[in-house]
Amino acid sequence: MLKLGGKIIRIHAVDVHRDLTLLKVSTSRNLPEVLRREIAYLVSDQEIPRGFAHYLLLEKHRQLVEVLPPDSDYSLLPNDYSYIGDGDIIRLSADRQSISVLFRASSPHNSILVTEQCNHYCLMCSQPPKAADDSWMLDEIESLIPLIPKDTRELGFTGGEPTTNRERFLKIISLTKSYLPRTAIHILSNGRSFKDPAFAEKYARIELPDAMIGIPVYSDDPTLHDYIVQAQGAFDETIQGILNLKRLGQKVEIRVVIHKLSVQRLPELCEFIARNLLFVDHVALMGLEMMGFTRANLDELWIDPIEYKDTLSKSVGILAKYGMNISVYNHQLCLVNPDIQPYYRKSISDWKNEYAPECRSCTKQQECGGFFASGVKFGYSKHLAPF
Amino acid sequence: MSKFQKLEFYAQQRPYELLPFKFDRLNDDEYVITNMAGEFHVIPVPMLEPIISKTLPLTSELIPTLRSKQFIRFTNEQAPLQLLALKIRTRLSRLAEFTNLHIFVVTLRCDHSCPYCQVSRQSESKGEFDMTTEMADKSLDFVFMSPNPAIKIEFQGGEPLLNFEMVRYVVLEAKKRNVKEGRDLQFVIATTLSLLTDDVLDFCKQHNIVLSSSLDGPMDLHNANRPRPGRDSHQRFEEGLKKARAALGYDQVSALMTTTDKSLPRARDIIDEYLRLGFDGIFLRTLSPYGFAIKTKKFMSYDTERWLEFYKEGLEYIIELNKSGIRFVEQYSSLVLTKMLTSGDPGFVDLMNPAGAGIAAIVFNYDGSVYASDESRMLAEMGDHTFRLGSILEHSYEEIILSDQLLDALENSFTLSAPMCSDCAFEPYCGAEPVYHHAIHKDVVARKPESSFCKRNMAIFKHLIELMGSDEQTKRIFMGWANRC
Repeated sequence: MLKLGGKIIRIHAVDVHRDLTLLKVSTSRNLPEVLRREIAYLVSDQEIPRGFAHYLLLEKHRQLVEVLPPDSDYSLLPNDYSYIGDGDIIRLSADRQSISVLFRASSPHNSILVTEQCNHYCLMCSQPPKAADDSWMLDEIESLIPLIPKDTRELGFTGGEPTTNRERFLKIISLTKSYLPRTAIHILSNGRSFKDPAFAEKYARIELPDAMIGIPVYSDDPTLHDYIVQAQGAFDETIQGILNLKRLGQKVEIRVVIHKLSVQRLPELCEFIARNLLFVDHVALMGLEMMGFTRANLDELWIDPIEYKDTLSKSVGILAKYGMNISVYNHQLCLVNPDIQPYYRKSISDWKNEYAPECRSCTKQQECGGFFASGVKFGYSKHLAPF
Repeated sequence: MSKFQKLEFYAQQRPYELLPFKFDRLNDDEYVITNMAGEFHVIPVPMLEPIISKTLPLTSELIPTLRSKQFIRFTNEQAPLQLLALKIRTRLSRLAEFTNLHIFVVTLRCDHSCPYCQVSRQSESKGEFDMTTEMADKSLDFVFMSPNPAIKIEFQGGEPLLNFEMVRYVVLEAKKRNVKEGRDLQFVIATTLSLLTDDVLDFCKQHNIVLSSSLDGPMDLHNANRPRPGRDSHQRFEEGLKKARAALGYDQVSALMTTTDKSLPRARDIIDEYLRLGFDGIFLRTLSPYGFAIKTKKFMSYDTERWLEFYKEGLEYIIELNKSGIRFVEQYSSLVLTKMLTSGDPGFVDLMNPAGAGIAAIVFNYDGSVYASDESRMLAEMGDHTFRLGSILEHSYEEIILSDQLLDALENSFTLSAPMCSDCAFEPYCGAEPVYHHAIHKDVVARKPESSFCKRNMAIFKHLIELMGSDEQTKRIFMGWANRC
């Protein structure tokens, strides 16, 4: 698992009042001087160009501090950050104590956390919501988007519920469209805000050329869905949100996290989707991530995937008969039936993708999606069977 | 205390409301409930009363399913209403597009003399039973009056290949007009293939014309059903099929079977013959009660019960085939299943409401008459002109489409208001069939307990629902059939 944020070993700031919380990283010596003033240079050898706003050095290059241009701002990073590369975007905390990597140009899995506030409180939330005002995140995103490389293929927006502040959400999406017109956008939302036709229309009117909203539906039984997301009336609003979005020609993906509660009626849910929401663009059936609230509710949520493999096959079979576009995410290849193969995806974001010790001898590790790092750490199936 | 609420917190505390549904007894132990969107659920007999009187305990396992299929809702829930409305709109969306299928009867002459045939003539004298260019032109004027973006022109007879000049004329003329119209234009020739020539195939290839043919079963059965000089109908069919597939593409030739009393003991043989010839499905049809079929008493020679046995035996065999990995469809079941398992309407004229006659399909006869359906012109050959909507030479589009003959038949047979249809649980899967009921019962509605159309379809609907309830694998196969239309 990659470390995406933490303390810095040492920071040397010439002028602590200079505002440089967000910085784009470059490894190019040949950048015109005018551009260097906004950018952090990642030092890797003795030849260090002048004039960059900031310099980043890994601990292993500590000795190069001596050859930095005079009066340079610089940060010394633990070797954990050796993955940082050209085009990445980092945040140095206001107190200059810590760093966060907000965007990795080399990764296909960049996601922007829009807010930690949410009107759901899902039993298995991997990113437990917080009530505190975090609108500073929205400010930061507005400065982040212009820094993201124009050739970025995919960008995610996640939360919390990203539409919590509706006007700011729309502003961010518009901004993204104008700065990144060729980037595919994926938004994780519970869909409830789109129940309001006026809001759904405003979103549609932005006309993102390639955007998908991923909306969770955990059961065809409204009560069970509401319980899983810990919000009364959520199912009713989510369904109306999906209908509004599709009425306006927007792409929608239904996301189902499979756990002991949702698996009870998984085939019924799939029939419901095929019958009522046949027009959604994608259905993702996903394994449980052992993060956040999941660990607090483990008894209620955990089921060994081997116990539901036939139910999964049946459910996928229903969606497939109706010609729906299906993906199975976050499952290990040895714990699904062969009929899942056409829909099986390696999907876990690169920075948190790992394999269990049992997998070492497996010949199919390359094809296998493996685990969330949290899964390896906090519990996984006892029935792994290396190929 | 946990910051999470318990399941009970989210359960509804108030009584539920009923959404519109109908019910019927499926067998001694079960009822089936259905709604207008075609959703159905099978419940044990003792559960029906509590559901309707709203005394079903809120902890009942049935509650989630009844909500999921929109049979009940709780106060203030909006999604169930929106979903129901959406599904019903989807189902009826075909109506707005109006007529798609336009049948051109280019001749009544035929080289076959099938005893059950509706209309054909042996006459050699060209002219008497052939469509004229003037009629064809006027018919094409009519065709392009239809607002439907997709237009299908089907040539029927008799044997249309006996007047191929007219087929050729209509195709070329329609394509010429379509340069401006820009419709999705398709052509079908209904032919026995017995008179297929390379010239015909070249023309079909050039204009993407599909062939719809007839195969009644193995050689002895087929030739007995379909006599022609030389008694070689089956041989000619098989030869023609090979040639046509090679020229036009494997999937460009389909076959329809006609059931006679001789077919009844031979369901498997017939299906095997379709398999042998590489078809991926069969339409187990009833004998239609029109034309000479009634005159020769062929229609009466077996009753609905016997036909249903034949259908069930055939279907059982086809399901077995599917279970052993052979993809093969029974097409009538597949039409019904589309209505049961999806929000789509396959647009099959017999199973439409309002009736498909005149608005889903219309017939231009060889003599310039316009009929509401293929069956209507067959009825006319027996002297009953009830569904003759007018003459293409004398009447305008509006006069024909708005004729009392058509509008009265559509309105009077509308199943949502017809006695015994409006409260029938199977109405969502069925259709108004004014022409059939008029032909047999002299009334476009008729008394349903006397209608073999009603009896046959009710039995099929119940049978399909029971099959799905008793076997998961069959249900999965049926889902595949439902989604192929």
